Amino acid sequence: MTPNPITESHARLEELVPLYSAMRRIRQIELEIAKRYAEQKMRCPVHLSIGQEAIAVGVCAALKRTDQAVSTHRCHAHYLAKGGDLNAMIAELYGKSTGCCGGRGGSMHLFDTGAGLLLSLPIVASSIPIGVGAAFGFARRGEPHVAVVFLGDASLEEGVWHESANFAARHKLPVIFVCENNLYSVYTHLDDRQPSRPLTKLAEAHGIRAQHVDGNDLSALLHVMSEMVDQARNSEGPSFLLADTYRWLEHCGPNYDNHIGYRTEDEFNAWRIRCPVERLRNKLEKSGLWNAAREDTLTARIQTEIDAAFRFAEDSPFPELRTAAEGVYA
Amino acid sequence: MPDASQTERILTAAEAILEAQDLALARDPNVYLMGEGVCDPKGIFGTTSGLVEKYGPQRIVEMPVAENGLTGIAIGSALVGMRPIMIHQRVDFALLALEQIFNNAAKTHYVSSGKHRVPLVIRMIVGRGWGQGPAHSQSLEAIFSHIPGLKVVMPATPADCKGLLLGAIEDGNPVVFIEHRWIHYVKGTVPAGYTPLPLDGPRRIAEGDGATIVATSLMAIEARLAAEALAEAGVKCDVFDMRVLRPLRTEPIIESVRRTGGLVVIDSGWKTGGFGAEIVARIAESCLGDLRAPPVRLGLPDHPTPSTRALMEGFYPSSDAIAAAAGKLAGASAAQIDRAVSALRQQRAKVSIDQPNPAFAGPF
Repeated sequence: MTPNPITESHARLEELVPLYSAMRRIRQIELEIAKRYAEQKMRCPVHLSIGQEAIAVGVCAALKRTDQAVSTHRCHAHYLAKGGDLNAMIAELYGKSTGCCGGRGGSMHLFDTGAGLLLSLPIVASSIPIGVGAAFGFARRGEPHVAVVFLGDASLEEGVWHESANFAARHKLPVIFVCENNLYSVYTHLDDRQPSRPLTKLAEAHGIRAQHVDGNDLSALLHVMSEMVDQARNSEGPSFLLADTYRWLEHCGPNYDNHIGYRTEDEFNAWRIRCPVERLRNKLEKSGLWNAAREDTLTARIQTEIDAAFRFAEDSPFPELRTAAEGVYA
Repeated sequence: MPDASQTERILTAAEAILEAQDLALARDPNVYLMGEGVCDPKGIFGTTSGLVEKYGPQRIVEMPVAENGLTGIAIGSALVGMRPIMIHQRVDFALLALEQIFNNAAKTHYVSSGKHRVPLVIRMIVGRGWGQGPAHSQSLEAIFSHIPGLKVVMPATPADCKGLLLGAIEDGNPVVFIEHRWIHYVKGTVPAGYTPLPLDGPRRIAEGDGATIVATSLMAIEARLAAEALAEAGVKCDVFDMRVLRPLRTEPIIESVRRTGGLVVIDSGWKTGGFGAEIVARIAESCLGDLRAPPVRLGLPDHPTPSTRALMEGFYPSSDAIAAAAGKLAGASAAQIDRAVSALRQQRAKVSIDQPNPAFAGPF
């Protein structure tokens, strides 16, 4: 499977500078979580997005704040790229009352409706119909918003994906399915789970337009996504964006795990050199749009923000035990 | 559609349900219906007939055969301001949607610390008779009542079918609305106009100090018939139609048991792990010392529902079994119990076991 090549001319390089910063920010936040995870103050499972940042940033850059996305267990990058509040995210990982769910959800339930991240859900494919339902609601209420469903390659094995795609196509809903193919469901390779055929065919079988892009190429993602968003807003129905990428760390947790036997160091290294962040930096540096000094400034600025967010989480109170039974019903 | 201009009408429960949906659709443009067959010529046993002609296919949405996906779609639409009503012609089909109902509909309000709401009504119909068999007749209210965040309603009268359904559609929470297919035939007085009822729990439908009988849905009708026959024989009992199983309100039942000292619960579903077991447990926790005898549980026996009527004798609790159990707890004489049981058996002697008892027709 060779993704459609997208040439640089499709997106002006200067416009990519803030998106590079956004990717760097997500990478640095995720690395900080990994670094501090051993402190055992973030006492919930974490599924880090390191290696997959370009998809989150490229997709969300084509959206408005009022568009709503839904995500999965691996939701940190989507939440941040869509504009979710960092303090509320870190506080949620700490289980604090100031977390985006007040500590009730943890890392797999990030949401910030104001920023357009409607919800994230841990059960594989569970959020797919929620995103389609949001698009259905937008269409019925005559609102101009677009819904985006982030899903993984394993989601395509779930029946609910097909149920949702069928309905989205039948009703020409303004929804874009973004499939991040990182090749693994936990430790199981795609080839052990699915027959060999283009994943895009699964969308096309439902009458949904599909495109295949390099998921570590931010400008390619932005280009294709912008086209799909225009089509959705013009009532031309749903699209499916397949983006190849790679999960650098273990499925769940802060560590590298190439040594445990389900994948090889060689495979990892082949993807490591395709790092979405480094690739864009190299490109920007060659064009004179980025340099070491700017990199240092950016790193320092992000670290200040991160330190403040962790301080906010540490200083925030836990929810009071007496509130545990509150809010079961509206 | 029923004539809404009259204030006092006798309607069937099916007509009352249709009227409730019609009123809700007319009142709020965010309300929409979705189900397999909502637009077809049978119109979900007549409960959606005429609605697509009146409101169009944008609001009366014929559903692909995809229960879990469409439940998630209903939830997603509710999160952005819609008020979906989803309909399953049998409870058994809703089993495909448990992931979305349990994980997302029930929990999203809580998990979001109140920022999200899921105003969703899921109508599910319990089949019975005419060989419905093992996977077309399950009354699974106990499973749904187990989940915090869901509300569970089981109406037994046309007035409750209308009022509680309107109340459910107005509610800001996911409501599982379980209708017994045989309740659809029941007739009763239904107020005209937009008349929602609060989802506020049990109602006493017969009064007496002999024993306390607690039942849901069709079994509340059976219990009412049993109490009437016992009253004819000189023994009066309290009968509670549960109506709302979650959130569960048991205060009136506890008050009654304190007075009567006897408890009979009748499940519409299986006795083991059934909803009646929860009632018995609550009574044991609250007023065990007031019970003069062990509580009696009636419900379905521990096997799947066979299709053939040859295997159905005694499968469903009936009014005579309820009268016998309640009469004994109430201290009635053998003659009194015999009189009530005989009258009830005579009442349905000519009806095949797989068809509704004409006594269910009401009006109630």
